[in-house]
Amino acid sequence: MSEVFDPRQWKPAPFLPERDTRDGALVFVVAVLCFMACLTALGVIASNRAARGWTAQLNGEATIVVRPQANESPDAAAARAAETLAGVTGVAEARALERATAEALIAPWVGDVADLEDLPVPRLVAVTLDPKRPATAQALDAALEAQGIDAQVDDHSVWIKDIQRAAGLARWFGIGVFSLIAAAAAAVVAFATRAGLAARRDVVEVLHYTGAEPAFIARLFQARFARMAAGAGLFGAVAAAGVGAVLRLVGGGAGLTPVLPIRWLDLLAVLPCPLVAALVAALAARVTAAALVRELA
Amino acid sequence: MSRKPLADEAPDADTAVVRFDDVSMRYGRAPETLKDLTFALAPGSFHFLTGPSGAGKSSLLKLIYLAAKPSKGLLHLFGEDVSAVAPADQPFLRRRIGVVFQEFRLLEHLSTFDNVALPLRLAGARPEEYRQDVAELLTWVGLKRRMHAMPATLAGGEKQRLAIARAVVGRPDILLADEPTGNVDHEMGLRILRLFVELNRMGTTVLLATHDQDLVARSGKPVLHLEDGRLVNHAPSERAW
Repeated sequence: MSEVFDPRQWKPAPFLPERDTRDGALVFVVAVLCFMACLTALGVIASNRAARGWTAQLNGEATIVVRPQANESPDAAAARAAETLAGVTGVAEARALERATAEALIAPWVGDVADLEDLPVPRLVAVTLDPKRPATAQALDAALEAQGIDAQVDDHSVWIKDIQRAAGLARWFGIGVFSLIAAAAAAVVAFATRAGLAARRDVVEVLHYTGAEPAFIARLFQARFARMAAGAGLFGAVAAAGVGAVLRLVGGGAGLTPVLPIRWLDLLAVLPCPLVAALVAALAARVTAAALVRELA
Repeated sequence: MSRKPLADEAPDADTAVVRFDDVSMRYGRAPETLKDLTFALAPGSFHFLTGPSGAGKSSLLKLIYLAAKPSKGLLHLFGEDVSAVAPADQPFLRRRIGVVFQEFRLLEHLSTFDNVALPLRLAGARPEEYRQDVAELLTWVGLKRRMHAMPATLAGGEKQRLAIARAVVGRPDILLADEPTGNVDHEMGLRILRLFVELNRMGTTVLLATHDQDLVARSGKPVLHLEDGRLVNHAPSERAW
């Protein structure tokens, strides 16, 4: 190179190389782990919502099994029970189910019976409770008893406990998996950062022996790796948000309802990912650079 | 023979640029690499450091540029006991020491000009304060037309001169060079030696490690000779530069 060099036009170059072929693998690994962590986070949010939805649905309903008196038809008994329950405080709606609906409900248990006319199929009343102040099973029971209706109130409490337990387990399992992936991502970011910095030991040595202060060297590498991890984290987060958006679109208005109801706002959960990746990388780079300089000293 | 005994040159502790008092050094638990060294370098002096491979020349230089610590004895730099210098102050001490490494240690991603400007940037100087000086220095070492060039494109002699320019650009009080002529031909070796002599004439203390006896013989400068980690007095040649 022999072109004329004008010192007045010279601008200082960055102390560290702007690009390094060794960075590619690091960026890829961090991006993949951030993608997995973000995807797990979206899964946890959606499954948590699904579990809450199931519980709320069961909590907001009660089923009444009505046994008709000797002098009245099953349909009339169910209609009377529905009318009685509709007047109870904390009941939003009470609806007597038609025989066909009741038969359809018991069909899975009695099998494909051509004629259920001879079977004493119980009449059911579906009660929708006021979500703000739901009526208790005891209140429903008392109201029916007061009207002389022989009925059994099922407020789904037995199912709710099981569902809640299952939902709780699913929630904690999801949080556990997310924590593991996030921790693994953080560990890999830290490890990869340390490996990347160790590969630049030559630069650290030159800066050190040329009179750079340890804190200055640490800041250089901290900023360098934080930028790199933030970029990789952003890539992983955007990819995860993209997958979430596809799931949302494929599943319609409720996502893959009812298994994974993703909402558009849920996608914002990936936003902290680049920041967290940058912080972990910055911390790892700072500690590693400081240790490297201490070793040189 | 105009040999000057080391004792005659020994300055007192306050004025010596470098002073070793019974200094030994070892790497980890290995046997001592340097043993019971006692000598001093006066300001503005020029010494060769000679000895066979493995005698401890590079280790001695490492002690001076604070890349290693004595395992025994006292080492003073610019009148300061280095063992008492706080780690936070060591970079400031290092800025008074220019080092030409045997393997150059140039930053491959920086141009010739940027490599030379590095010590000044690290010391906090502003570009307008030093860019003319850097350009003049590069011209002086014969790299005027290579200021844009990246180190990978430089020849061995050019890299060596670039390393020298980087070592002296901050006007260090002492210049250390480890086998600065080891990677160049004889003619280039002589040119590089002239550079060191010129720098020394300008007041820089120079300690140049080499096992090029011909170079030492031509210079007429005093010699610190190491044998198996011990300092042995050694006579310089009669020829003066």
